Amino acid sequence: MTEKTVLIEISRLTKVYGTGQAAMEALKGIDLRIDEREFVAVMGPSGSGKSTFMNILGGLDTETSGAYRFRGVVVGQLTRNQRARLRRYYLGFVFQGFNLLNRTSALENVELPLIYRGLPTRVRREKAMRALETVGLAQWKSHTPGELSGGQQQRVAIARAIVTEPAVLFADEPTGNLDRSRSREIMDLLVELNGRRGLTVVMVTHDPDTAGYAGRVVRFVDGLIESDEPNGRVS
Amino acid sequence: MLWNMILLAFKELKRNVMRTVLTILGIVIGVAAVIVMVTVGEGATAQVRQQIASMGSNLLMVTPGKRMGPGQSTAQTPFKQADAQAIYREITSVAATAPVSVKSIKAIFGNQNWSTQVTGADNQYWLTSNRTIAAGRAFTDHELKSGAAVAVIGETVKEKLFDGQDPIGQKIRLEDVSCEVIGVLEDKGQNTMGQDQDDLAVIPLATFQRRISGSQDVGMIMISVQDGASTEKAKADIERLLRERRHISASDEDNFNVMDMKEISKMLTGTTQLLTALLSAVAAVSLLVGGIGIMNIMLVSVTERTREIGIRLAIGALEGEVLAQFLVEAVALSSLGGILGIVLALIGSLAISKIMNVPFILNLSIVAIAFLFSAGVGVVFGYFPARKAARLDPIEALRHE
Repeated sequence: MTEKTVLIEISRLTKVYGTGQAAMEALKGIDLRIDEREFVAVMGPSGSGKSTFMNILGGLDTETSGAYRFRGVVVGQLTRNQRARLRRYYLGFVFQGFNLLNRTSALENVELPLIYRGLPTRVRREKAMRALETVGLAQWKSHTPGELSGGQQQRVAIARAIVTEPAVLFADEPTGNLDRSRSREIMDLLVELNGRRGLTVVMVTHDPDTAGYAGRVVRFVDGLIESDEPNGRVS
Repeated sequence: MLWNMILLAFKELKRNVMRTVLTILGIVIGVAAVIVMVTVGEGATAQVRQQIASMGSNLLMVTPGKRMGPGQSTAQTPFKQADAQAIYREITSVAATAPVSVKSIKAIFGNQNWSTQVTGADNQYWLTSNRTIAAGRAFTDHELKSGAAVAVIGETVKEKLFDGQDPIGQKIRLEDVSCEVIGVLEDKGQNTMGQDQDDLAVIPLATFQRRISGSQDVGMIMISVQDGASTEKAKADIERLLRERRHISASDEDNFNVMDMKEISKMLTGTTQLLTALLSAVAAVSLLVGGIGIMNIMLVSVTERTREIGIRLAIGALEGEVLAQFLVEAVALSSLGGILGIVLALIGSLAISKIMNVPFILNLSIVAIAFLFSAGVGVVFGYFPARKAARLDPIEALRHE
């Protein structure tokens, strides 16, 4: 076991939507630390604040109070563009609804984040091809999302997330739209990426089976962490 | 990055060809209209200028009857040859005066016939109308005085009647007068109104008066002012002299009209320029409307592609990059309109120049300006939708269906 390095550190994080009477407290004070190479599942019923929490972790939203440090950087103090750069260079996203560009081939979808890194076309193609090979879709590179199954689409999305070699992969209900066997394929892929490549994975799910693949399970209830325990599986 | 954006923009525009075409139609029409107007306008102006130059800018034309506006004139008291002589005698700045009468007559040679403008004039006519005799000779004094049956013909009459034969010494018939052709005028081409200036036969005024019109009247007097002398002053002097000779009391208006070529030139070019300006304004409005069309479609596009924008923002696109993407698309749209407009304008102005018979003068700077303007329309009207796209909240955008 290598030495543990802190990747994400969260203290007394709150998020309030609206103001005054209509104010809604989505997060009521979260403390959490995630190390590099961890595979964390965030569980909880809808409305427990886990999506809000993921949006803040992903730099898509900002907290009301408290602090979120990513590799020591206080993300809440970054400007909108600085947070965009954080996402571009360090974060990968996988969504429940895949969120691929329709009418655009699998390869081009995977290439997309590299365009924003300003890489030349040839390098982009190579890297995107390698990512597609990693998820086992090399022969599907010219297909558009509409021509792929749900599981294949999610694998393209994963390829797009890992093509930039991010520090962490945020997966929001990655198997929410998939049947059992497709779910297993996706989870096996995530476990492999976590295990073999040492990619940190933070995954939101409400499905206990899916959460079972993670090394650590954090349960949210009503804007607070109810429990935080290892899952038995060594990561 | 920019290249990628341009490729992306055209890919996006190709996706909905019909919409793209309809969107840029306003720009196409606007740009085409501007260029056609300017090109044809400049051609017409150049032609007028050329025409005036060939007529001589120091020409005055005196016609009986006061011009009252289009197609209207007061009852005319015609001029006599004496009026022309008086002007020549009494006004020092006048270099030449040519009393001229014109009638449309069928000229016949052998079995050929051609209806032409038979012009009664004297040798001063060549000077005032800025013409030279290409072959043969002018009238002799004896011919002018005695009213001899001789004619100097224009190039068109020569072609129509003689078909390559040498006309000098041949006899042509004008009504019942058999005239010997003594000279051929140098060809001059068409004038501003598209009239053929070589379609004429000049005979001595005395011959015209005695054997064709049957009266001593003169249709008009052409006057050439001396080089360097003021045409305005000469014009005023002529007016004064003619009022006196025609016994017009101080309270009455002139019953004749002295036209200055400079005025005519100014009037003609002025009209062309005004027309060009007005139509260009219409074209500018069309560009504005086209721009609004682009803004409208870009706003629709931003709404349709909200999810795509959300994805781009989520994976790390900067606000400026999303803004640039949509701006490039708007500019690509409007520039495409500009290019199509230019192509259309080139075809259109070539055709119109041919039909209107004006020289085709392509002003490259106006083409460049029109193109830059159309691209500018894209920037101006694309900015608001692009900014809307760039400012989207990625979370909201990703949730958008």
